[in-house]
Amino acid sequence: MLAEIVRRLLMLLRRGRFDADLDEEMRLHRELREQEQIERGLSAQEAHYAAQRRFGNDLVLREESRDMWGWNWLEMLLHDVRYGLRQLRRNPGFTAAAVLTLAMGIGTTTALFTVVHSVLLEPLPFKDPVRLLRLYEHSSDDKFPYNANAGGVFAEWKKQSRAFSDLALLGGGQYNLSSAGGQLPEKVSAAECSWNLFPTLGVEPALGRNFTAADDRPSATPTVVLSWGLWKRRFGGEPSIVGQSIHLDAKSYVVLGVMPAWFAFPDHTTQLWTPVYHEESPQEMEAPDSHDFAAIGRLKPGVSAAEATAELTVIVRRLHDAHPEDAFISKAAHSRPLLEDIVGDVKTPLYVLLGATACLLLIACLNVAGLLVARGVARRRESAVRAALGGSRWRLLGAHLTETLLLSAAGAAGGLLLAYAMIQWFVASRPDVSRVEAIRMDGVVLAFIAVLIFACALFAGVASSISVRGEQILVSLQESSRSHSPGEAPVRLRKWLLALEVGLTVVLLVGAGLLLKSYARLRFVNLGCATDGVLTMRFSLPEAKYHLPVQRASFYDALLERVRTLPGVQRAGLVRSVPGWGYPGDNGFAIAEHPPLPAGQVQYCIVQWADPGYFAALGIPLLRGQTFDEKQRAGKPYEVIINESFVRQYFPGEEPIGKHLISMGHQPFTIIGLVGDTRSELAQPPLPIMYFPICAPFDEGNVPNYTMLVIRSSHDVAKLALPIQRVFAQLDHDLAVSSILTMDQLLGRITLDASFNMTLLVAFAALSLALAAVGLFGVLSYIVAQRTHEIAIRMALGAQKGDVLRMVVHQGMIPAVIGMGMGIVGALGVTRLLSSLLYGVQPDDPLTFASVLLILAGVALVATYIPARRATKVDPIVALRYE
Amino acid sequence: MHQDEIPPGTLYLLILKALARGGELHGYEIANWIEQVSDEVLQVEEGSLYPALQRMLIKGWVTAKWGLTAGNRRARYYRLTALGRKQLEVEVSQFERVVQAITRAIQTA
Repeated sequence: MLAEIVRRLLMLLRRGRFDADLDEEMRLHRELREQEQIERGLSAQEAHYAAQRRFGNDLVLREESRDMWGWNWLEMLLHDVRYGLRQLRRNPGFTAAAVLTLAMGIGTTTALFTVVHSVLLEPLPFKDPVRLLRLYEHSSDDKFPYNANAGGVFAEWKKQSRAFSDLALLGGGQYNLSSAGGQLPEKVSAAECSWNLFPTLGVEPALGRNFTAADDRPSATPTVVLSWGLWKRRFGGEPSIVGQSIHLDAKSYVVLGVMPAWFAFPDHTTQLWTPVYHEESPQEMEAPDSHDFAAIGRLKPGVSAAEATAELTVIVRRLHDAHPEDAFISKAAHSRPLLEDIVGDVKTPLYVLLGATACLLLIACLNVAGLLVARGVARRRESAVRAALGGSRWRLLGAHLTETLLLSAAGAAGGLLLAYAMIQWFVASRPDVSRVEAIRMDGVVLAFIAVLIFACALFAGVASSISVRGEQILVSLQESSRSHSPGEAPVRLRKWLLALEVGLTVVLLVGAGLLLKSYARLRFVNLGCATDGVLTMRFSLPEAKYHLPVQRASFYDALLERVRTLPGVQRAGLVRSVPGWGYPGDNGFAIAEHPPLPAGQVQYCIVQWADPGYFAALGIPLLRGQTFDEKQRAGKPYEVIINESFVRQYFPGEEPIGKHLISMGHQPFTIIGLVGDTRSELAQPPLPIMYFPICAPFDEGNVPNYTMLVIRSSHDVAKLALPIQRVFAQLDHDLAVSSILTMDQLLGRITLDASFNMTLLVAFAALSLALAAVGLFGVLSYIVAQRTHEIAIRMALGAQKGDVLRMVVHQGMIPAVIGMGMGIVGALGVTRLLSSLLYGVQPDDPLTFASVLLILAGVALVATYIPARRATKVDPIVALRYE
Repeated sequence: MHQDEIPPGTLYLLILKALARGGELHGYEIANWIEQVSDEVLQVEEGSLYPALQRMLIKGWVTAKWGLTAGNRRARYYRLTALGRKQLEVEVSQFERVVQAITRAIQTA
């Protein structure tokens, strides 16, 4: 068996000599036969013929002998490939057009597939990631079913739960990484975690060691684990960093270890990890109602997620029922696989983009199929000859498919380069996408490309072969080209291909239009404050240095004073977070003058901290009352300012000024002013907000851990960034400033996802429109060329230029209109999938649909007009002369 | 002399037997031996001889080598291998079985 295979393979190598050898062998045989016949008495001539007759057909004999070795299929394939390459080289225009079109389609689809595969489909790079769950709390008023976790609830889960082999807690945070050796202070994103986070995930540090339970205590020495990137960038990649101390928020932390380069948790911006039970106060960690953390659990083998979640619900419910007066204790638990928690946000947008590239690929294939049909018509005589010589339909189809395979492979080569470039661009421009660090092209992607090559070749090849019919052979072979035409079939096929193209283009255009409208609405929504000439930057005062409220107050005062004197600064203010930044956090409150709420019911709203000059700085109108008193620093009474939504919801028809809110540890705050509404989140309507003074003397847990400085200027506000940073450095050289953005840049960053999706989809739609237009142009030029004779006759019989024009345009617009109809139906079905990406726009927005139809009709008219004009230029005499 | 065609499937048998006598034969010699031994009853179609020889080369029943004829012409000589000898036995017994069966079938009235 094996020997036989080896023998066959050896023959493959000696193929060249095979024919010559066999020829020589048979020639000898034939001559010996001839001799024998001569000896029998025939003449030399007759003997020769007799011998020849006995041998039969030399060629067939040789082919049969070769066939025995079983490499016939390979020979045919190689022959087809060589032939195909020759054909493609002879038509460089066609080849270039087809390859480019396919490259574009395959490249974009591959790029998106790579992203989708790496981000959404690849499992997390942790041990047994299927067992990792993200746990949520279900708020008692049902408004937040996937709420963050409270330290107290987590503690109960840890104590009582049996379903998890490990439970870990995670909190966010930022630190000022202080200068060492002349480097500037830097703001680093960090994560506070329980000591067992890394073991729960199943990862080990690359250097040094992990936290132990002893490190995760309030009394322990401060310790930290660094990320690989931070270690390389900031500490020169020295292994001696383990055991050394670094300065975070003006405190000394011992470096325990460094995580591996590929590790990024909770996302790739996290640069270091600190023990949460050490960083946060015991009150915070035991509070059952302060939802500041994320809990993760690893299921025990054999336990399902549903069972585990049910157990957690029971535990938290018990806690909830034991404290009926605290309405912020959750009443149930939920869970999701950790992967879904991390990438859930980007799932729909990525799939939408992938779908769009699939449409584009289909359009590209249809276009190439149309080109192939055109070329097939031009080569029909050659096909007829081959068929007449004995080529079966399958053989001809095989040759045709080999050619499309060559085109497809060439397109894929170009597409691979395009995909690589697109992926680099994606990674660079979308650092906000979860798991963006995991995006890479691997074996699966290459397999995907291979599948695409075959799929495109098959589709384009088969689609362009539909019109080939056997009985046309004889007709095609006739020399006279006037009295026969290739028939209606190829034209009809091309028209149908075109209609499909137009339909898909409509779908893409509608999608692009909806996203465009949605983005415009979102980006330019009224925030309720000024957005021109506004600069913002973020900083946080480390507790170690600014422990007392009076220390913070003096820093803020000094900062504002110096900043306000800088040339170009019109106004300056401080706030916890500016409008648009995101949901700032909330707190419960009660209105002193109103009747008390029934037990278990609670009111809460967004809390902000601001300095007196903030509202003026951002142009938020002060509608009634006054802003905070400048001089009220450490004294009483406490003051609060509310916004319009607050009044609408809680003081309908009342005068709020002078009333009191009870919040923040049961202190009464006097309402002294009323300001205009602002949106905390771009896509959400304005909500009630209560503003507290920024340096009011509250307990530790209620003070914002970061602050934003807001600058207003009538000149180029971005130029003020450097002078202001210098002011910070003068006041405290260990303080780092981050997120230095103008309001426009900030809004751009927040709408990055929407603008990116919109840009890509618009680009795809434009490409497909161009392809459809080119396709339409091509079909009509062909029709005009084919029917020149007929047009000439019509004109000779009295048809006017206008009639001819109308006839040709009619030919072109019919498939376009059919395509538009199909496209509308398709779009109506498909855009429903987009609704989670839309803002302020309905998926069946009539204006968008109408505009798309108009654009498409316009482009189609232009594409048909040019060949039509050419048709009118036909001179009947000249055309009819060629008989 | 009336020449019959070689029954289908028996060509291999005959070629193997021709080579089994030992020594090397080239294509013409093989065809000639078959004709002579059968008193010119069996005529070998050259059109089927060479493809058959190719197949036997693939299967490893024969090996081939280029040599010189008596008339100093280049010819390819075939020789039986051990595998081929075994195959000859198999084919012979198979043929005999078939012939006996057919004979029996014919003889029953």
